[in-house]
Amino acid sequence: MARLRLPALSRQTRLRIERQWLLARAIRRRRALTPVVDRTANIRRDDILAFVTLRNERVRLPYFLDYYRKLGINHFLFVDNASDDDSGRYLSRQPDVSLWHTDVSYKRARFGMDWINWLLWRHGHRHWCLTIDPDEFLVYPHSDTRPLGALTSWLQAIGQRSFPAMLLDMYPKGAIDDHPYQEGQDPFEIACWFDPANYTIQKNRHLGNLWIQGGPRTRTFFANDPVASPALNKIPLVRWNRRYVYVSSTHALLPRGLNIVYDEDGGERPSGCLLHAKFLSTFVEKSAEELDRRQHYADSQEYRAYHHGLQSDLQLWCPESREYRDWRQLEELGLISRGNWA
Amino acid sequence: MSDPVRLGVILLCHSDLDIATRMARVWSDGGASVAIHVDAKVSERQLARMKADLAGLDRIIFTPRIRCSWGRFSLVRATQNAATSLLQQFPETTHVFLASGTCLPLRPISDLTAFLAEAPSRDHIESVNAYDVGWTIGGLNEERFTLYFPFDWRKRRRLFDWFTDWQRRRKIKRRIPAGIWPHLGSQWWCLTATTLRAILDDPRRDEFDRYFRLSWIPDESYFQTLARRHSNKIESRSLTLSKFDHTGRPYQLYDDHIPALAGSRCFVARKVWPGAQRLLTHFPLPDTEVPDAGGPQTASIDRLINETVQRRVLGRPGLYMQSRYPRKDAENGKTSAPYAVFQGLTDIFPDFEEWLTAHLSVDVHGHILGPEEVEFGGRPQVGPGALSINPLVRDRDPQGFLAALIRITNRMQVFQFSPRDNQRLNWFIATDPNARVLVVTGAWSLPLLHSGMPFDDVRRIFAQLQRTELEQLSIYNSVWIKARVDLFDLGDFLISPRLILQQFVQSIDPQAKPVESLPPMRELTGLAEMLRQLRNSGLRPRLTGDNLRPAEQPSIERAAAE
Repeated sequence: MARLRLPALSRQTRLRIERQWLLARAIRRRRALTPVVDRTANIRRDDILAFVTLRNERVRLPYFLDYYRKLGINHFLFVDNASDDDSGRYLSRQPDVSLWHTDVSYKRARFGMDWINWLLWRHGHRHWCLTIDPDEFLVYPHSDTRPLGALTSWLQAIGQRSFPAMLLDMYPKGAIDDHPYQEGQDPFEIACWFDPANYTIQKNRHLGNLWIQGGPRTRTFFANDPVASPALNKIPLVRWNRRYVYVSSTHALLPRGLNIVYDEDGGERPSGCLLHAKFLSTFVEKSAEELDRRQHYADSQEYRAYHHGLQSDLQLWCPESREYRDWRQLEELGLISRGNWA
Repeated sequence: MSDPVRLGVILLCHSDLDIATRMARVWSDGGASVAIHVDAKVSERQLARMKADLAGLDRIIFTPRIRCSWGRFSLVRATQNAATSLLQQFPETTHVFLASGTCLPLRPISDLTAFLAEAPSRDHIESVNAYDVGWTIGGLNEERFTLYFPFDWRKRRRLFDWFTDWQRRRKIKRRIPAGIWPHLGSQWWCLTATTLRAILDDPRRDEFDRYFRLSWIPDESYFQTLARRHSNKIESRSLTLSKFDHTGRPYQLYDDHIPALAGSRCFVARKVWPGAQRLLTHFPLPDTEVPDAGGPQTASIDRLINETVQRRVLGRPGLYMQSRYPRKDAENGKTSAPYAVFQGLTDIFPDFEEWLTAHLSVDVHGHILGPEEVEFGGRPQVGPGALSINPLVRDRDPQGFLAALIRITNRMQVFQFSPRDNQRLNWFIATDPNARVLVVTGAWSLPLLHSGMPFDDVRRIFAQLQRTELEQLSIYNSVWIKARVDLFDLGDFLISPRLILQQFVQSIDPQAKPVESLPPMRELTGLAEMLRQLRNSGLRPRLTGDNLRPAEQPSIERAAAE
């Protein structure tokens, strides 16, 4: 990630320059995206939008779209990064999807964030926008009874512009490829286990966000180098404004105030979880492919660790794993909170 | 039940006219006459649609529209106008109920009229003296009445704050008109037509209106104050269930609130989220044969709200997560449950952990802050809550590690500690009222005695550990200490180890087995000799205490060294 070194300036100025630079970069690189199907004219005033980058995720898409349609997403904006399976064709047939295509390097587009920032700038203004990956499934307090629109209208009523949802890695019991994932299936029928309480938190003074690590990946792949283990903090749901920009993935935004989604006086603010259905049967193949492409963060260190771990037949499940039930369980464990949303 | 109750309803609508239309119909179908005030901010097109939807219902009137802004007198003005029109158009009205377009009647309107008929001359309006206990949440109390508020709080926040502050500094105080005593209360009320007429036709109304125009949030004080002037049968409780969070914003109601709302037996609740379709169709409950005149019982819903407010304001103790990351000393509970730390005991008794496990009915761990491994009790591959046993992972966030361990387990956590372990939690533990600590200082010298290392190494490590423990003791001796700490030096401890352990173990676990025997102790022979050598090499041992047995050393030499 690019970080400008401008020591003489105040933090506020430095952050403003960083934000404008990121924004300019995203706008400059808009031509990398070729529209395949543009249905953005159908977006109505209070619609909730989802922004997704994907590559070869065809088998996951039916359940993904189904899940978020039920939750209350009105329009999906996809960036297809050179898929060679059927993803593009499948998506272009969906009535509530707009699709862009690009062959540009994922890595050189700041891991896709340039594309997403551009689409957010162009289409997200004054909408609640959810930026996710195809293997992330949002769960928030009361998500079984209240649609996403209830959450966003309440957040707006209390004046909160962004909503945090930590990434919660889900995994199956036993080896990852024991149960092949079928198209349309709920991935959490297979990967229904998670780590309840092994997350480390650090505060990033520069951007004000919390840096959360831990979970099964740290426990198994990164135990000897926990600093390098992937960040789990995310702020995927934002009432977007043209001036906003994602800094690195959805871990942090600018302006800085959007990252302050936590209470520092002891109280709890609302938060949710992104259930991460990464560790399915599709993963083994994917990690080999991604390792070849070397398009991921920090020289695909993560994928290298996985690949190494998977080949020596590592299991993510441990006797302390918990089986996922519902959001209430996550709240009891203290992974999410309803804040004051009664 | 002398006169039948004829109910009139004032409906204040600001947005979501679809719901308001629906509510107007509910009230009208229940036999009430309805005066609707629609905020002038709402577009003509939406209003026309609402009027068309409600055409043909002759007990509904629309009153002249005013632009309403939150916290300003315009809301009172709109209510006054609507009340005047309502009483003019339907002079037979006996009670007037003020509701908003998002107020949902929960019980049949006939229940409400039956309830009102029980005591037909009673005014149901929450009205609390502004000088008594704070009714307001997150706002001004009596200053609402003694300062001027000409600026809109929502639109001109900074000007508002500045002006309020300026008046405070200048000690400006408005004179309250004679004959009224400021009262506050929920803005949703139900007054008898007699009282309402008296308020509207008061000969001094202009004077009162002028006064309230510049007070703060007059819709929560105008009628509440003037009702006191004109009525002597006030039931100071609102019939509308309306809950506010800690910042004074109303809670919204959703589909999953149906059971709680039905149980509350309230007549009207607000405010309903427009998308809560199931809630909107479920209520009001259908008419019953005989109207039920019972009053509301809000205890359970009050508890639900209070719990939520508490969670937002205080949070759960000992929880560190993505949306709760308290600053140091603002934690409202650094950890979630009591825990105990034994420092130095494993150095005196090598098998102390096993011995303790056998005596206590709690979770006993080894050195969970130790440098080589996180020594969870039983030495599993993965600790409770899937905590890693790798110290590198733990040291990323030791405070989160300890808090998570205590929060995820159901039993009390007990662990061993020594100056060899990670010291980053010393302040945290010392300032945590949940911590129970037994420290035997200088005990770490015993393993050194038996290490068999060359003297130079022993001396170096001794100095290091002594410095570490002295630093820690300066924390335990500071005024900030919140933990309960029992401090002994090695010499004192060795005089009566059984008694000390017995007392400490009893205090952390009342079900502990009595301490009858101690685990095998490390051999003490040679300790005094080692200490003497250290002293002679220029390092003063400061933590083992004066009561150590001089052992085989003659005391003459000690005197010579001093």
